[in-house]
Amino acid sequence: MRLKIFSCLPVRPSLLLLACLGFGGLSGFSSQATAAADPHLARNLAASCTGCHGGSQHSAESTDPTREGIAMLAGRQADQLLRQLIAFRRGERSATIMDQISRGYDEEQLRLIAEWFAAQPRK
Amino acid sequence: MMRTRRHFLASAAALGAGLLSQPLRAASARSTPARIVVVGGGFAGATCARYLRMWSGGAVEVTLIERQPMFVSCPLSNLVITGHLQLDEISVAYRNLQQRWGVKLIRDEVLAIDPAGRQVETREHGRLDYDRLVIAPGIDFIADGVPGHDPDDLRFPHAWRAGEQTVALRQQLEAMADGGVFAIHIPRAPFRCPPGPYERACVVADYLLRHKPRSKLLVLDANSEIQSKKALFAAEFARYPGLLEYRPDSSIDHFDAANRRLELEFDRVQADVFNIIPPMRAGNIAHQSGLPLINERWVDVDWLSLEARGVPGVHVIGDAVFPAPGMPKSGHMANQHGKVAAAAILNLLDGQPPNPAPVVMNTCYSFVDGEQAMHVASVHQFDAAAGHPLPVAGAGGLSPAPSRIEGEIARAWARNIWADTLG
Repeated sequence: MRLKIFSCLPVRPSLLLLACLGFGGLSGFSSQATAAADPHLARNLAASCTGCHGGSQHSAESTDPTREGIAMLAGRQADQLLRQLIAFRRGERSATIMDQISRGYDEEQLRLIAEWFAAQPRK
Repeated sequence: MMRTRRHFLASAAALGAGLLSQPLRAASARSTPARIVVVGGGFAGATCARYLRMWSGGAVEVTLIERQPMFVSCPLSNLVITGHLQLDEISVAYRNLQQRWGVKLIRDEVLAIDPAGRQVETREHGRLDYDRLVIAPGIDFIADGVPGHDPDDLRFPHAWRAGEQTVALRQQLEAMADGGVFAIHIPRAPFRCPPGPYERACVVADYLLRHKPRSKLLVLDANSEIQSKKALFAAEFARYPGLLEYRPDSSIDHFDAANRRLELEFDRVQADVFNIIPPMRAGNIAHQSGLPLINERWVDVDWLSLEARGVPGVHVIGDAVFPAPGMPKSGHMANQHGKVAAAAILNLLDGQPPNPAPVVMNTCYSFVDGEQAMHVASVHQFDAAAGHPLPVAGAGGLSPAPSRIEGEIARAWARNIWADTLG
């Protein structure tokens, strides 16, 4: 698909090859490339979570912590958050919904999200 | 250079709302902060206003123009119809946006926009200048979409904008005698909140079974099948044999209000309560301002900036937008649009391009009775080749079945997203 698109462009074959090599290791989208492109990438990614989980300016109301519920994320440890997100993503931790949602992000995006929440004050 | 600007913005935020950051001043008037006017204070507009102020550290001026005195949530409003909740429990004041975030709130209506002159014309506050405009009017109904039905006639409420319409339908359900007929009409997709009409059918059926078991619920769907959570809703409908009847392919030919009669293509329906949800389109100010429309109904937007295509400086968000593939018209998605637009606007005011890789996600909980709920979820990553967001394959999904635990989570979700939008 990508090759087909590139083949429409007036580029030399050598440049085409470079382009393919440059993008070849990443499937679909590239978090690393976009992290360089927008200085607010982590904040923007985390904003897709704050509707349910709250953010830096308010903490979400948690449901019963002894059962499945909506977790408060602000101020938690980044490595702990990331481990749980990846466990959801890999199906190693059961959930009502977070297993399904975490699969929508790659692990680099999950790392940026975990680090952003860890840096927020808990209120 | 990126680092310097980020550092500067962080410092501005730390020092408080009073300090203006130079990059976020209006290009046209360098001594004043950039002025952003947001039209509509629903999930999309209120979120955008709140995040513009929050993320800029108060460096941009945000004016929110809203007709209604309170935000009333469509999510959970079906539980008002059944009496599980009162309207005030799904209503939120705009106070925090004003007092906590410094959003200027104008209770008024926008009559026209002037993208060339960068002004909006209001009914009572004259013309307002803007540097960037956000239009978030939600939906309005297609004129004569159901021939013979006036969407404003509270005798035949749609209850598809929460408020007096919701209360009217609640009162009619309560007043209906046992043995009565309650008819819901669902328009052809796309419409606001794809699972909403089917959630309403479930909770009304549950109410009737408990309180008026000899009654009948007719679900007249203009579509050929259930439009969201199909297997889950079909299983719920099957729990009410003899009470709930689901009729697909039920297009309305004409509504005879005087005789309380719905003429369908091949049928005629009499009912005691008519809940007619008319076909809908982008809200009036988005629809009537010369912005590019798709199917003459929804605004065509650039998915990186959420500007109307070909109309720089005018951002359109929420239900008024022609959706990307697989993207629902939901309060949750509108909240997400608000944040993508806020981020894009602050970048653009700063002389930077919008985030090239925005991500949005959606979660919709549907109640099947007063306690149990079930979800549908999806994550949408921007696809540069397609030029719009696409649902991530293998992500998202449905509940296996409705449950009490998801009912609790659904209520917490609502309180949390109201806080994220208005708190």
